[in-house]
Amino acid sequence: MAVRLPENVVATRLDALANWVRKNSLWPMPFATACCGIELMAVGASRHDIARFGAEVMRFSPRQCDVMVVAGRVVMKMMPVLQRIWLQMPEPKWCISMGACASSGGVFDTYAVVQGVDRFMPVDVYIPGCPPRPEQILQAIIDLQEGIRRTGTLTGKEFEQRTKPGAPLPLALSVDPAAAVVAPGDFATSTRVR
Amino acid sequence: MTHETTLAVLRERLGADSFTTSEFRDNYRVIVPPARLYGVLECLKQHGGFDMLVDVTAVDYLYYPDARDRFGLIYALLNTATGERLYVKTHLNEPDLAIPSAFSLWKGADWMEREVFDMYGIVFERHPDLRRILMPEEFAAFPLRKDYPLRGRGERHNFPVLTRAEG
Repeated sequence: MAVRLPENVVATRLDALANWVRKNSLWPMPFATACCGIELMAVGASRHDIARFGAEVMRFSPRQCDVMVVAGRVVMKMMPVLQRIWLQMPEPKWCISMGACASSGGVFDTYAVVQGVDRFMPVDVYIPGCPPRPEQILQAIIDLQEGIRRTGTLTGKEFEQRTKPGAPLPLALSVDPAAAVVAPGDFATSTRVR
Repeated sequence: MTHETTLAVLRERLGADSFTTSEFRDNYRVIVPPARLYGVLECLKQHGGFDMLVDVTAVDYLYYPDARDRFGLIYALLNTATGERLYVKTHLNEPDLAIPSAFSLWKGADWMEREVFDMYGIVFERHPDLRRILMPEEFAAFPLRKDYPLRGRGERHNFPVLTRAEG
């Protein structure tokens, strides 16, 4: 049975339509805790203009956001806050881990800094760099859009079967506490043994 | 800057043997035993004109060559009228890490002594609110002690893991 469609009418699946709408209206939650936040602001400003990808509506309420952008190092005291904000965001939602610190702890390999937020919450796109260039953030948005277009469903529960965190292995292997004590051997020439 | 007037006040009121002094460049220290610390601080506040507490900090001398005591506790004072600066230092050893708080002399000691407690575990008696100030409440160690490993004892990995299904 042939159906005559008038002009300007496109037939599609509802899933594809929903994904198309979602990917072009990502509302970021700027969780900016360090210098990456400055680059994030630069992306929002006119020179790089994240609005070209429909992601310029930075919301400071997690209830109005689609994509969490973790921009900067997350310390022990901040991790419960980050998790609470993530849980407050409505489905469907995505997470971008921006920069070396959010992805791996960066140079801050100390007792207080979480070594990658992906250990404790889901992450969809990682951005390398310290801090990343604004172009990299735009590329992350484009990659995320592609992922949403391919994997999204109408209910937004496409990740539900992913119950294990897909985090990479930690770069720094855990050190025996006794071996990790930093004891200067000679104060005149060195401040650290290892 | 000469400190003779201040030292004369201290000697007159507390006795010449109650403290020793040392000097490095323009950094002048008054070193006192822990039991006399509060008396010296009080004397400097009431009679020496030191109306501002600039800083409270501590040093862990573990592994330090030729060190006899474990902790050094330092009060940095300033006389805002004359610009005179003085460092009052005392030494503490485990297990007796209690010292009277200087909060009753300078209100600014509140947060600075909390920080020293948080990082070194030095207990300030009669402090109005001696809680951790930088580390989380449930943190169990004192991270600036030299026997605490740089990467911690796993505290930074101690969080619930959120998955997609939970969110």
